[in-house]
Amino acid sequence: MNRKLIMMLTCVFVIAFAFGVQAEVKDPIGVVKLRPGEPIHVAYWVVISGPNTSLGTDIFRGIELAVDEFGGQIKGWPIKITGQDAGCSAEGGQAAATKLAADPTVVAAIGSACSSAAKPGVPILWKAGIPSVSPSNTAPFLTDPERGDGYGGYLRTCHNDKVQGAIAANFAFRKLGLKKAATIHDGSVYAEQLAQVFAKNFKQMGGTVTSMEAISPNDTDMRPVLTKIATGMPDIIYYPIFIAEGGFITRQAKEVSGLEKTVMFGADGMFSPDFYKAAGMSAVGMYHSSPDFSAFAGGYAAFLKAHQKKYGEKPIAPFHGHAYDATMIILKAIDQVAVKEGDNLYIGRKALRDAMYATTKYQGLTGTITCDQYGDCADPKIAVYKTAADNVKQGVMPSKPVWKPY
Amino acid sequence: MLQRIRERISPTDVVMWLIGGGLMFMVVWGSIATLIKGTYTTRHWIDFVIFGLAQGSVYALIATGYTMVYGVLRMINFAHGEVFMSGPYTAYFVAAYFYRNDFLEAQPILCLGVIFLVSMAVSVTIAFFLERIAYRPLRGAPRLIPLITAIGASFFLQYLFRGLYGSSFQAYPDIPMLEGHWVIAGIRILKFQAVVIVAAVMLMFALYSFVMKSRIGKAIRSVSEDKEASALMGIDVDKMISMTFVVGGAAAGAAGVLYAIMFKQVHFFMGFIPGIKAFTAAVLGGIGNIPGAMLGGIFLGLVESVGPSLFLDGLGIVAPYQLKDAIAFTMLVMVLIFRPTGFLGERLAVKKA
Repeated sequence: MNRKLIMMLTCVFVIAFAFGVQAEVKDPIGVVKLRPGEPIHVAYWVVISGPNTSLGTDIFRGIELAVDEFGGQIKGWPIKITGQDAGCSAEGGQAAATKLAADPTVVAAIGSACSSAAKPGVPILWKAGIPSVSPSNTAPFLTDPERGDGYGGYLRTCHNDKVQGAIAANFAFRKLGLKKAATIHDGSVYAEQLAQVFAKNFKQMGGTVTSMEAISPNDTDMRPVLTKIATGMPDIIYYPIFIAEGGFITRQAKEVSGLEKTVMFGADGMFSPDFYKAAGMSAVGMYHSSPDFSAFAGGYAAFLKAHQKKYGEKPIAPFHGHAYDATMIILKAIDQVAVKEGDNLYIGRKALRDAMYATTKYQGLTGTITCDQYGDCADPKIAVYKTAADNVKQGVMPSKPVWKPY
Repeated sequence: MLQRIRERISPTDVVMWLIGGGLMFMVVWGSIATLIKGTYTTRHWIDFVIFGLAQGSVYALIATGYTMVYGVLRMINFAHGEVFMSGPYTAYFVAAYFYRNDFLEAQPILCLGVIFLVSMAVSVTIAFFLERIAYRPLRGAPRLIPLITAIGASFFLQYLFRGLYGSSFQAYPDIPMLEGHWVIAGIRILKFQAVVIVAAVMLMFALYSFVMKSRIGKAIRSVSEDKEASALMGIDVDKMISMTFVVGGAAAGAAGVLYAIMFKQVHFFMGFIPGIKAFTAAVLGGIGNIPGAMLGGIFLGLVESVGPSLFLDGLGIVAPYQLKDAIAFTMLVMVLIFRPTGFLGERLAVKKA
């Protein structure tokens, strides 16, 4: 008798539970339920303090413009954008991701800005079922087939540094005809991997890498390390690092004997007017590898106009377009998977991730975007820019590249 | 006999000596290997030494502030790094104003003087009020309490300046007079480095003679030896403690401008690392001892500049400059193993603490 009762009750519960779930939306990871008027919460985690603020600000502006363009709502539910400061460090990324993961309303995230922050942050977010699209993490590790399960919800709309490093090496060796190179990184995932890719390609083409040096991110006195580099007498120094340290190196290289004529070559991480502030006139004549704005699709002119109108200036770092595209991918995917039942809106987390990964041939600002199985979505067009005196004086990045590989 | 030796030498001592000996051996071995390899010419070594001297003299100036405060109060003023930051960060706005009006080019010496004065004035004010507000009410409290307060004050000042001036960095304008280099006796030296070294040495000399010769300096020294006895001799102890902070603040403000001349960037967080390094320098030289702090600062600057190339290159370690800080702090450990009181620290007959 007693056993029968328990059996029956269990059956009732199972059936009720099954119906209960079936009445809503099923998802293996979880479902976000939004009552009428509750906003669809998308969060960004980028760098919003410290010397690399311009990178984060640029991304944030791209996000805002994309949300404006999208109309600010999906199926009648308003879109809410909030943010966390992930800094440009592993600790910052971890802290920001933990905060976002603790908030059950967050549907998807945009970020991080620096690869160092993404490395610990992405697995924390994905454990909470939050997929993240980065507009500016370029380190090859993050979309490497060996990266591990924690990165299952990670995508990026910017280039992989395998591309950037190869193009930079190609430019230095073939275009400039330089045979001896030195590299400097700052121990961050981005800089270390990019410097390695550059060195590997440079060696393969037949060049010599005189030394591969490293500094730590808080260093200010670069003259000793530059003196060490000068002993190898390189023709070019590739230092794909960040704004503050990049500024120190650019200024101090001119003061070290043996490096007066060495070509200085930076990357996208310090392609910003803030870098010109840090380096001053010593930046004149140096090169940067960075996304090619002139290859951006037709919508870019309208984007620039909207940017000028809303913020009163030109973009201040290279990744506004990628941020715009990242936001668009997320919003489109939400639009696709969000189900309205009764008065509520349901968004399945796994479904959202899959919809984002399924993005194919989307015409974004930065080109035609197709995501592969590891989350690399970009259509990378990297060019090399040269800084003229006017760029430094007026504090604007050069708008036309000096060299394109295509 | 054996018994007595065993009593006098504890196992900890043996382990310490082994660690110290091992490190010493590595340093010597690395240096010899580097010199045999001969990657660097004499000119490179001279360059390394000059870079180290310039950086070290800035550390030395900051370190005097730590050591003087420790001398009179027996506490580590962890907010001293922020006193160092406040001056040049505020003076930046003066410098930028001069630069915009081309005044910097027309009257560089006058401008530099004004920048120095503004920076020192701000640092002195901050240091004075720091002592007045954060430390004086806790004078009688157990020693841990002012220490924690100092850390709190450090964060407060950092974020106060972040709130005031923003979180992005500012670039100091170039001073045309200090661009380029001089050749002195066949040695190429950058103009601003020469200026930084000379200015720092002059300031240190002035500070030392102030403390040793002037009436106030004498009073400060007597307070640092014995507060009660000084009070009985008619010295205003509170005033002298304030003076210590003022003098330390002035040195930090001046060091800040030298730092800004060398690196041309200011930022609300810029005081943290130099502060830690200067504290290390003060401990290296023997905390509480002013010439010791100066010596420690210069030693630390030299080790940071020369060390990675000299010690690590020969050991075949790639990218040695990443380990600059590791070398600096290993040096600290070694000095403390062999000489726990630092280079010039005296063995105290009566424990003052």
